[in-house]
Amino acid sequence: MTAHLSRRSLLGLAGAGAGALLLGACGDDKADDPNAPQTINWWHIQNTEPMLPVWAAMAKEYEAAHSNVKVTIQPLENEAFKAKLTTATQAGSPPDLFQSWGGGVLKQQVDAGLVKDLTDDVKPWIGNLLPASVQPFTIDGKIYGVPFDIGMVGFWYNKDLFAKAGVTAAPKTWTELLAAVGRIKAAGVVPIALAGKEKWPGHYYWAYLAMRIGGLGALQQAAKDHNFDTPDFVAAGQRLKELVDLKPFQKGFLGAGYGTPDGQAATMGNGGAAMELMGQWAPSVQASSSTSKKGLGDKLGFFPFPAVDGGKGSVAEAFGGGNGFTVGKNAPAATVDFLKALLEVGNQRKAAATGAVLPTVKEAVDAIKDPNNKTVAETLASATGFQLYLDQAYPPAVGQQVNDSVAELIAGSKTPEQIVKDITTVAKSQ
Amino acid sequence: MSTIAVFLAPALVLFLLLVVAPILVASYASVFKWNGFGLPENNVGLENFTRAFGDPTFRGDLWRAFLLIALSLVIQLPVSLGLAMLLNQKLSGRRAYRLLFFAPYVLSEVTTGVLFTLVFSPSRGLGEGLARWLGADAGAIFADPDTVLFALFLVISWKYFGFHMVLYLAGRQGIPRELTEAAATDGAGTWQVFRHVTLPLLGPTIRISIFLSVIGTIQLFDMVWVLTGGGPIHSSETMAVTMYQYGFRRFEVGYASAISMVMFILSLVFALFYQRYVLRRDTEGAITTRGVQG
Repeated sequence: MTAHLSRRSLLGLAGAGAGALLLGACGDDKADDPNAPQTINWWHIQNTEPMLPVWAAMAKEYEAAHSNVKVTIQPLENEAFKAKLTTATQAGSPPDLFQSWGGGVLKQQVDAGLVKDLTDDVKPWIGNLLPASVQPFTIDGKIYGVPFDIGMVGFWYNKDLFAKAGVTAAPKTWTELLAAVGRIKAAGVVPIALAGKEKWPGHYYWAYLAMRIGGLGALQQAAKDHNFDTPDFVAAGQRLKELVDLKPFQKGFLGAGYGTPDGQAATMGNGGAAMELMGQWAPSVQASSSTSKKGLGDKLGFFPFPAVDGGKGSVAEAFGGGNGFTVGKNAPAATVDFLKALLEVGNQRKAAATGAVLPTVKEAVDAIKDPNNKTVAETLASATGFQLYLDQAYPPAVGQQVNDSVAELIAGSKTPEQIVKDITTVAKSQ
Repeated sequence: MSTIAVFLAPALVLFLLLVVAPILVASYASVFKWNGFGLPENNVGLENFTRAFGDPTFRGDLWRAFLLIALSLVIQLPVSLGLAMLLNQKLSGRRAYRLLFFAPYVLSEVTTGVLFTLVFSPSRGLGEGLARWLGADAGAIFADPDTVLFALFLVISWKYFGFHMVLYLAGRQGIPRELTEAAATDGAGTWQVFRHVTLPLLGPTIRISIFLSVIGTIQLFDMVWVLTGGGPIHSSETMAVTMYQYGFRRFEVGYASAISMVMFILSLVFALFYQRYVLRRDTEGAITTRGVQG
């Protein structure tokens, strides 16, 4: 009986599959008229509180004002989103509106003709946004996405643990940082929390050092020439090795995740380490991963990545990224208008008020309540230059090689000279 | 004949669509340099394969697969066999033990992975607590490139020994009591009975269990992904993890396809040779003569 049933359900599945194919084929013809009935298929990765209901409410509001538009929301967890999008884009059918970090991955999607050029559509209002935030979504002078969130990476530190070790001022230079690490270690405290298993947190150190030593230009030039085998990048590795040689990381850091129960964020949130190099989301993930669910509260402080003596890069140059949305090639006409609605000042204020988003619309910046978020936003607003995360900025293969290679350097299995050669080899093959 | 076709068609269509077609697509993609967008155009011949065999990570994958298989054959399967023999004895609570030892197999690989991440958490895991109690230091075995593969093997064994044990137990119970009794009557000791009666008659079961263990190891992915992601510095990476990294992280779909083809060919060649030379006697009459032997 069960065999009979399962065979029938399989047949049913096959039938449904064929039906779906047919329906999919019907849905392919584009609705060029923004007033025709249409459905916007939206994938975002704010799949938890506090942003999940905020996005849903904004979509409801838009639907109420535009009776012909229906918004279907698909909230996905970050890694699940990446895997699902990969299959969708490789099949040539991207969603209508979807999460993007810009940079090299977006460029691949642009090259494959999967996303819409939004330059003309957004021209009237893109000036309301912080210029640095739009940069990762601008490819060859054209805009392919709109950011709703922008932040930067810096050192988050535990004020109590710094005080306990007698470190009174935030380190301004790399030498001061190394000295501080030494004092903190001598005080019996773990100086730095690091998620070695996930690799991307490690690449922040090398990238920031390369920026401080060679300046922003060095990173852009390397991407253009496909060459990382330069004295500046080798020096970045050597400075990082100075830090690694002090053994500043928590026990078992090579196997530690980022948001796991004993990962980097939890180690910080539970007061188990004095600092971490992380993006603007650090306070909220520290809180949610900590045992108390509250994190460090007002014991948490922020300082920008220190300067390197004799380096060409200014301490005012920021490294980071944000979240944005791009529009798929088959998106109905109303999609861009909906995107515009999401980026309206009122909606950006609502997003900023959750504490999980740092708004890109200049007028909405005053809605940031959280003091740590405020510090990041202010540092960013006064930044003289901006570099997107290397694993997003460069083509995916190069970005992943940077992550892998820096992980090898931190684990001590490769030298600074070897890793720039490995990265260059991959960059040249692209 | 037409009835056969009608009944066969759904399964055949699904098999062609979900098994044969992907194999063909992957073998086609494996000779291209292709990022997965659009159609593959840049045919590079066998370059992806030469690249794989020249890559220290992939060569490491092969070595680690070999090590894991060797460890399974030398430690995991004999332990399972021993436990099966023990649980075949009359002892109180036998059913409870059987159930208990089989339980880990019921858990999914991901659940097992998460479970052991917590057990071996360096700061507050059960493993660390036990180690401290013993005066040792074991908390970070997943974070040390020298120990991570053995830690992985430990978890794999924990998950699968129950499965092999049940196989052996079933095989053991299929051996008629008369044979062991006869041997005992002829003056054979416990070891001799095991060595000359039980073990040879368990042959077919052991051969199948080795087969499943080897094929499973070649394709190992889920547990590694959850436990270590292949790290630190590739020291627990398997072929399937490398394939995923290249296919879904680096968008080098052509190269990833080449790796998947190597996995497929390794499994296929092993399966064919194993069936031809090792399992021949066990499957005789079922496969070799199409089941119509008089």
